[in-house]
Amino acid sequence: MGSKIRIKNMDFFYGSNQALFDISLEIPDRQVMAFIGPSGCGKSTFLRTLNRMNDTIPIARLTGTVEIDGKDIYAPKTDVVALRRKVGMVFQKSNPFPKSIYENVAYGIRINRMHKDRADLDQRVEKAIRDAALWDEVKDRLNTSAFGLSGGQQQRLCIARALAVQPEVVLMDEPASALDPIATQKIEELVVELKKSYTIAIVTHNMQQAARVSDRTAFFMLGKLIEVNPTEKMFTNPDEKLTEDYITGRFG
Amino acid sequence: MSNEAVHNRRKLISMVMTTLTAACAVIAIAILTIILTYIGYKGVAAINWEFLVETPKPVGEGGGIGNAIVGSAIMTLLASLIGLPIGIGAGVYLAEFGDKWFGSTVRFVADTLIGVPSIIVGIFVYTLVVLPMTRQSGFAGSLSLAIIMIPIVARTTEEMIRLVPKSMREGALALGAPQWRVTWNIVLPAAASGIATGAMLSIARISGETAPLLFTALNSRFYNFYVDQPMSSLTVQIYNFATGPFEVEHQMAWAATLILVGLILVINILVRMFTKKKY
Repeated sequence: MGSKIRIKNMDFFYGSNQALFDISLEIPDRQVMAFIGPSGCGKSTFLRTLNRMNDTIPIARLTGTVEIDGKDIYAPKTDVVALRRKVGMVFQKSNPFPKSIYENVAYGIRINRMHKDRADLDQRVEKAIRDAALWDEVKDRLNTSAFGLSGGQQQRLCIARALAVQPEVVLMDEPASALDPIATQKIEELVVELKKSYTIAIVTHNMQQAARVSDRTAFFMLGKLIEVNPTEKMFTNPDEKLTEDYITGRFG
Repeated sequence: MSNEAVHNRRKLISMVMTTLTAACAVIAIAILTIILTYIGYKGVAAINWEFLVETPKPVGEGGGIGNAIVGSAIMTLLASLIGLPIGIGAGVYLAEFGDKWFGSTVRFVADTLIGVPSIIVGIFVYTLVVLPMTRQSGFAGSLSLAIIMIPIVARTTEEMIRLVPKSMREGALALGAPQWRVTWNIVLPAAASGIATGAMLSIARISGETAPLLFTALNSRFYNFYVDQPMSSLTVQIYNFATGPFEVEHQMAWAATLILVGLILVINILVRMFTKKKY
């Protein structure tokens, strides 16, 4: 299986503060890669470099290369809007728009003009909500406010919203950290299901979660990438002493 | 002190403080209620159909404030048409792009402008518009009201937009929405009811302005629908009635005041109804 994303010698700075140090990493196509590490180690920052979400921070600066499908996404001629359509993102805290459930999912389709007509739009919205395993719960109230959903449903709605624009990569920044165990389980099942069609990068604080959903795991500490390995090896026989200490709970 | 003494002391302090704040709340409400009741009591006697539709007549012959109501409505509407788009636009700019020196300059100027006495705005428009046009006009009045509105609306709009959580913007950006779309169809709708409240407050504020209109719109004894001519307004009419020597005029001043307060109340209620959160 080829690499979807290839990062080479990436350094990342907030002003004069270096947040990521010389990261080189490949994320294989249609697999789940989990990113673990203690708080403040740069996992989220790293994730946000992959769809250039850090562009919204004026003092952010990146050196090195990030290639998706062999194209450097930080090249000057990159269309950031097209990039973000291709690389979707689900955030730690669910962030539905102040619109109806339907319109939340339709938003990305509309702004990217992906639909032919109203029926096509309906179809795309339904498919995205189905793919996010939310359809049965909301099909009778698509036109009610998204804020009326429970936390777990809101998060799946945000996943549906991200899927609706047919991305190739989905970035998830601790998508289940604010959810109860049952909602978390649903999200995890969904992640496993989604990797058939999408490349997924997921940041998580929960190591069991990383073990359950991911094919490969990357361990970050203090802005450095300590180790990347197949998840099973990572959790049974890691190469690095630091990884073992972290996984076994000796710190962090 | 024993545990129980501490507990009792704490309970006492809590009770005293609650009572104090409640008393303050009652005083605040009471002042408003007294003013409204007094206006109602003084004004209601002089209100009748004739008063609402007639134009002012010489003292003792009745007459009314119909032209003043129309004039106030026209000038407030025109001022809103000029002031609200500029104010809201400036507020959006300040909130979304105003982090550089230009933004802080605009912010400082707006804050200063809010504090400028309205009569100065009147003199300004008098010099700028009335003198060249060689006469007072409804347009000049509207313009001075709009100038008073703009900084208020700009600052409240900015505050309301800043309240929209960053996560919501990021959600839209992550879907490939360009910045202007995020502002236009995510941030603005999310801030809409707050912006509307700011707009409403500024409308209420300008409908009570008298000083800037004295120089600019002057007054008129007739129904006037042309904004290039002097125009009557409720506030200036109240001022004229109230400064007149006769008791009948004072009565009319109270009645006109009651109408003005009533209209502001109606504006408040209408805007609240229209901006009720849909989602």
